[in-house]
Amino acid sequence: MDISTFLVQCLNSIQYGLLLFLVASGLTLIFGIMGVINLAHGSFYMIGAYLAFSIAPFFGNHFIAMLLAGVALSALFGFFLEWIFFSYLYQRDHLQQVLMTYALILVFEELRSILVGNDVHGVKAPDWLSGGVSLGGIMTYPIYNLFASAACIVVAIGLYLVVNRTRLGMMIRAGASNRDMVRGLGINIRLLYRIVFAAGVALAALAGMIAAPMASVYPGMGGHVLIVCFVVVVIGGIGSISGALIASLLVGFVDTFGKVFFAQLSGIGIYVLMAIILIWRPEGLRSKGY
Amino acid sequence: MGTSIAATNAVMPGATPRFGWLAPLAVLVILAVLPMFLSSYSQDLAVKIIIYAVFALSLELLVGTTGLVSLGHAAFFGIAAYVTGLASPEAEAGSILVLLPLAILIAGAYALVVGALSLRTKGVYFIMVTLAFAQMAYYVFHDTPIGGGSDGMYLTLRPALALGTTTLIDLDNARHLYFMALGALVFTFGLLALVQRSRFGHALAGIRVNEQRMRAAGFQTYWYKLAAFVLAGMLAALAGFLMAAKNGVVNPEMLSWHESGAVLLMIILGGLGSLRGAVIGAMAFVLLKEFYSSEAIFGDFAARWQLTLGLTMIFFVALLPKGLIGLSSLGKRFGRASAGRPATEEQAEGADK
Repeated sequence: MDISTFLVQCLNSIQYGLLLFLVASGLTLIFGIMGVINLAHGSFYMIGAYLAFSIAPFFGNHFIAMLLAGVALSALFGFFLEWIFFSYLYQRDHLQQVLMTYALILVFEELRSILVGNDVHGVKAPDWLSGGVSLGGIMTYPIYNLFASAACIVVAIGLYLVVNRTRLGMMIRAGASNRDMVRGLGINIRLLYRIVFAAGVALAALAGMIAAPMASVYPGMGGHVLIVCFVVVVIGGIGSISGALIASLLVGFVDTFGKVFFAQLSGIGIYVLMAIILIWRPEGLRSKGY
Repeated sequence: MGTSIAATNAVMPGATPRFGWLAPLAVLVILAVLPMFLSSYSQDLAVKIIIYAVFALSLELLVGTTGLVSLGHAAFFGIAAYVTGLASPEAEAGSILVLLPLAILIAGAYALVVGALSLRTKGVYFIMVTLAFAQMAYYVFHDTPIGGGSDGMYLTLRPALALGTTTLIDLDNARHLYFMALGALVFTFGLLALVQRSRFGHALAGIRVNEQRMRAAGFQTYWYKLAAFVLAGMLAALAGFLMAAKNGVVNPEMLSWHESGAVLLMIILGGLGSLRGAVIGAMAFVLLKEFYSSEAIFGDFAARWQLTLGLTMIFFVALLPKGLIGLSSLGKRFGRASAGRPATEEQAEGADK
């Protein structure tokens, strides 16, 4: 492996890891704060990708505007979904949550099939993000992939600032560490949950929208991402956003370089990583002890 | 506390324990004479129900008895099916005496590894980790040419059991297959009924109700749980072997998490905490799916069975948390039939570690 290939693979790993982080951070937030295990989280990623495919023609080259519109739509969707469905899951045990959200996946998959069909689609990157950029004169790297990484970094920093620097973030952190106390202090916990859930859905859908031009948009994409996210959350420690970031990047590197070195068995690399971490730290790297 | 009574005495609610064996016996008699009245299509459906009942029973040991919610149980089912397919010779029918133990042992070995690792975790972690390890097995078969990649593989000849030159059991024969599956169901049901009445089973129920207390009482709960996990994996392997023999084809989807989710739905559908609940649930699930995907009833909408099934499941879990079994004992106080505990309790446990 020469230096340029190595560099490109590193960039790919980071980009994949950051995308995973967007999906996993939503999953871990929703679990950390509401205590709901949501199997349908991968479906939000799938919905985001199909949303990008559906609304891209209306926006043309205004890609950022499209992303923002998609985030708004998916957050609204999350807000109402929490209202009519997820708010009933908080009082139930994990087994029932697993089953209800599993059933929800079936519903989403079938609705997608009714609305947009089962075909594999591609989404075109906007003109100003097409083409490659030369890296040190050795390799060219697609501009869009750099943009995707940058967008994820911006979102991650935004998430960090919101959680650690705002009043809302303070409530979220309080809710994660002691739910009953937050209720007792008279904070509108219902609204807080609804906002957190909407944010989780929007993060996953945004990841789907960003991924759409790089990978094809296909029916099974939600399920695949969900499992990888579970691995990320298990490695990082459930409920921890920083843990999710570390674990996402780890998983990104292991998966990308696994494909380079072990072509056929590359699928199992991240699970081996998870097994190793489990032996070493059963609670994950940065667990909050759920 | 109704839970401890329910835990130690897991017989049918509503039936007196003394005649608790009557209902299963009646069902067995009906099942034994059933093939005489069935068309070949409905007999195939009956075999499918029986195999899924074995599969559901194996998971019931984990979820209903021990309180371990596994979302990766299909791994053992699928691995056994693949072992059956891979170890079958090309030219002649494989011997059941070789294939079945081999499938059970290899799936059991994987259950030992997965159980040893995943039982280090609790609650939601356990759910995610079992799911991930099942997915890992799925990728091994899906991405490598071992078992024909994503297309799966065919069994050219189904397994048989021969003594000398006479063939005793030939699974190519639909009737033979039916009775072998029925035998497997009786064996699994009987074995688990014995387990539930044994000291081991009581310890598992104790772990479900209050693991901390069991540990304080001096039980090595980890090893009990691991034994349950491996036993459940082996029984799932029995179902996997039968499924491979029934379909004559094995594909990676048998290990997928859809399969794990479906079998988990079955035991909830029937009702947790009782063996017959798992059997009833398997029957209800297979028939529901058959019903929703029947073109005669639903016409063009039959292709959309996932939607109707999914919505049914959501309403079902919402309105009948105790499952179909719970219908027979409406108004009776029969303990809590839920395997998980509310998150607050888990957090309280995490806090005092």
